[in-house]
Amino acid sequence: MAILKQEEAKALLQKVLSYSKADECEASLRGSEGGNIRYARNAISTAGDISTMSLSVTATFGKKSGTATINEFDDSALKRVVQRAEELARLAPENPEYMPLRGPAEFKIAKQYIDATAAITPDSRAEAVANSIAVAKEANLEAAGYVENTTGFNAVSNSKGLFAYETSTDVVFTITTRNSAGTGSGFAARGFNDVKKLDTVSATKIAAAKANSSAAAKAIEPGKYTVILEPVAATYMLENMFRGLDARSADEGRSFMSKQGGGNRLGEQLMDEKVTIYSDPFHPDLPASTWNREGFPLEKTKWIDKGVVKNLAYSQYWAQQKGVQPVPTPSNIIMEGGDASLEELIKSTERGILVSRLWYIRLVDAQTLLLTGLTRDGTFYIENGVIKHPVKNFRFNESPVIMLNNVEALGKTERSVSIESYRSYLIPPMKIRDFTFTSLSDAV
Amino acid sequence: MKRRDFLQMAGMGLGAGLLAQVPLIGNAIPIETPWYTIDVTKKKELADAALNAARSKGATYTDVRIGRYLNQFIITREDKVENIVNTESYGIGIRVIAGGSWGFASTDKMDKDSIAKTAALAVAIAKENARLLTTPVELAPQKGYGEVSWKAPIERNAFDVPVKEKADLLLSVNDAALKGGANYIGSYMFLVNEQKYFASSDGSYIDQDIHRIWPTFQITKIDAATGKFETRNALSAPRGMGYEYLMPRESDKIKGVTTLYRNRYDMLEDARQGAAQVGEKMKAKSVEPGKYDLILDPSHLWLTIHESVGHPTELDRVLGYEANFAGTSFLTLDKWQSKNFNFGSPLVNIVADKTQPGSLGAVGYDDEGVGTQKWDLIKNGVLVNYQTIRDQAHIIGLNHSQGCCYAQGWGDVQFQRMPNVSLQPGAGKLSPAEMIKNVEKGIFIAGDGSFSIDQQRYNFQFGGQLYYEIKNGQIVGMLKDVAYQSNTQEFWNSCKAIADESDYRLGGSFFDGKGQPSQSSAVSHGSSTARFNGVNVINTARKI
Repeated sequence: MAILKQEEAKALLQKVLSYSKADECEASLRGSEGGNIRYARNAISTAGDISTMSLSVTATFGKKSGTATINEFDDSALKRVVQRAEELARLAPENPEYMPLRGPAEFKIAKQYIDATAAITPDSRAEAVANSIAVAKEANLEAAGYVENTTGFNAVSNSKGLFAYETSTDVVFTITTRNSAGTGSGFAARGFNDVKKLDTVSATKIAAAKANSSAAAKAIEPGKYTVILEPVAATYMLENMFRGLDARSADEGRSFMSKQGGGNRLGEQLMDEKVTIYSDPFHPDLPASTWNREGFPLEKTKWIDKGVVKNLAYSQYWAQQKGVQPVPTPSNIIMEGGDASLEELIKSTERGILVSRLWYIRLVDAQTLLLTGLTRDGTFYIENGVIKHPVKNFRFNESPVIMLNNVEALGKTERSVSIESYRSYLIPPMKIRDFTFTSLSDAV
Repeated sequence: MKRRDFLQMAGMGLGAGLLAQVPLIGNAIPIETPWYTIDVTKKKELADAALNAARSKGATYTDVRIGRYLNQFIITREDKVENIVNTESYGIGIRVIAGGSWGFASTDKMDKDSIAKTAALAVAIAKENARLLTTPVELAPQKGYGEVSWKAPIERNAFDVPVKEKADLLLSVNDAALKGGANYIGSYMFLVNEQKYFASSDGSYIDQDIHRIWPTFQITKIDAATGKFETRNALSAPRGMGYEYLMPRESDKIKGVTTLYRNRYDMLEDARQGAAQVGEKMKAKSVEPGKYDLILDPSHLWLTIHESVGHPTELDRVLGYEANFAGTSFLTLDKWQSKNFNFGSPLVNIVADKTQPGSLGAVGYDDEGVGTQKWDLIKNGVLVNYQTIRDQAHIIGLNHSQGCCYAQGWGDVQFQRMPNVSLQPGAGKLSPAEMIKNVEKGIFIAGDGSFSIDQQRYNFQFGGQLYYEIKNGQIVGMLKDVAYQSNTQEFWNSCKAIADESDYRLGGSFFDGKGQPSQSSAVSHGSSTARFNGVNVINTARKI
């Protein structure tokens, strides 16, 4: 029930819209089903399945809108939800920023849905975990990990005739392995639309190797270092910046994208010319939504081109205010990389730090996008092109904008998961000079 | 819905830094829904259907949570109400032990057949998990309470207050800030009502009604010529209260260099003051990095307590159950067993308390049917206890749970969550003003800001909202670009004074995240103003 087919979703939404007497009405359906399994201390701790579906209706009279949502789907419930949205719209204050709904449009499909992922069972999740635990035990380590798979659909329709529908699947795996003395820890994260690409054994082996090689870390002085950020570290750092690629907050003067004297940084060389960042929902390695909530199709869009700010997102309202075309917020992010492998990046480093993972990143100053956070799960000192020894973890205070001005080299782009949002990105490993570590941490 | 999807839906971008921890929410429902409750007899029938089905499939223990979770979020900016979101989520979560393992399943289809199928699924999952079992689940004993109930002691149900009254308050707050010279303001009201029914095979049938409220705002001031901007967030606290929290009372105000609030909050006054202060912040002196004595107000200190005391004393973290996400803890069992681990100075007494009225964590019973309690975590500076639940209590030699189990909704499995964790006031009479008189070189910090701590809770960094420089016992002006970095044990050992009980106030988090899949929980942290000597302060100004 939670995953409706396109025709079923369309029929249900049309029925809902037929009940509305509002000037404009939009109805959207969202459903998901999936399950998860969590383990720690080499044993399963929790596991569960969940399935939900909900309908949201927004009714508008003039510029007054109301939204109501329900998770019951018989006719009387559908009538009730429309009626309540309309009642609310009449009570609501006028929203001067209301934009009329958009009419029909063609939306191409990106292959976000994979049958094999939708077919995951509690049994196959338990199997994946058993294999991962076996690797950890063999390496004399304790494993704590998590597998979650989700199958979902989204559909929207409105009184102007717009209809859009998509389905997707997603599977995420994260694994932490620690030695019994608590002196070594390793981590790996994987996220895919297609479960066939997920190998929990090889990921656990990587985490295990990091755990065993990070034990007995030495303290070195904090300060500015050349760092090599592995993709999972770089992804977490940059995700904070991707969310700020917005014209309105920049134009209003309250973003790192604001320009001194007013306006935004469009057209400005803000980063090193090795930096190119774009979105493309049709990228085969990172398929994503092809339409947004406002009913605009999403296409390949460059955000940073050779370090120059090429686009910022404009909502329909803000675009109208500024007399430009709307630019939808991206549904995925891809950063172009180079040819170097991680090993080659290390080999070319005279003195530096290899960072496997970053942790607890929070914004310190919105003006410069200064972030703080820590290294974790494998931090290593590099000298003359080789890893010399593990080092104790550091706290950093650094801005991704400054960091992307200090790019020495980029490795090959790969699919990587944010450890906070669990969203996937395509991000290269990167060598950055003058990365600012401000203190040491005893944490392992 | 993920937090960030909610942020986008609510039209809040990166600027809304204070809302970085927005919750998972349920299904939106219309504003004018009457706030009915489900009849307790019906809930008992549904719960019994689940208990019976699970037992017949082979469960040796079952608990059932039937939850109706109501949220109302009102989101405004400047002169506009951007969104009013009402959500309701109603369903059942069933947790069982079968074959010595846990299994969990949930559904929002509230007929007895669907519930029985869900119970059977939970048992099947438990049996599947039992294949990888190393040690069977061991539950601390818990007697059944029979049919009991608990209600949060609120004075005015915020859901009964007309939406217009609430939206008008926020718009008047915005108006006050704009008139006071702010360029932008976003103001928000978050209201929560958890109607929770718990039943277990131990013979408990517990009906609870829980209320929470969080009014807050962020004021921004811009200087277009220099391209600089500053923000100032509200000095309110999320509370386990009704709308009475928003009915100001002079006796609940603490007047000083800025007005601070005890159990009632004057949102209009705070917005006026905030608008003036954000202007002052623009012109404030950038801090000289170095060692300072810090005087930390409860509106700030709560978050340091939360991160550096609350999380490392969670027993599941200590044992490694959170190793893959939130992390572990430096407070390992050997430190507790030694009975002399020096966590802080002898002044430092920290309690866990799930009973404190008006706090976010207060309930009558936790989400595995254990009556709530109060106990010491740090006594005269020494680590004496942890926080735990039924399946881990035996590990620290307890024959009962401490009642710290919580799930954010019916669809989520319950696990160990932090009770209110609070620093006890100083024993001798001491006001913050008297405390400041003895400081030669220091900073007074109010309000919470940026926060980050490592996965074992040693190294942390915190910012705030307002920083005032103290020189030779006097506040001499405002500072900016301030953050302090320390190590938990060093920091709490540098605690040299704590103000008395008359200064005690609660702060807290509406959206504390933990677990996989991540769940939000609400928790309060109380303290009086406290002094920490010689803390390392860094300057956070950069140029891009």
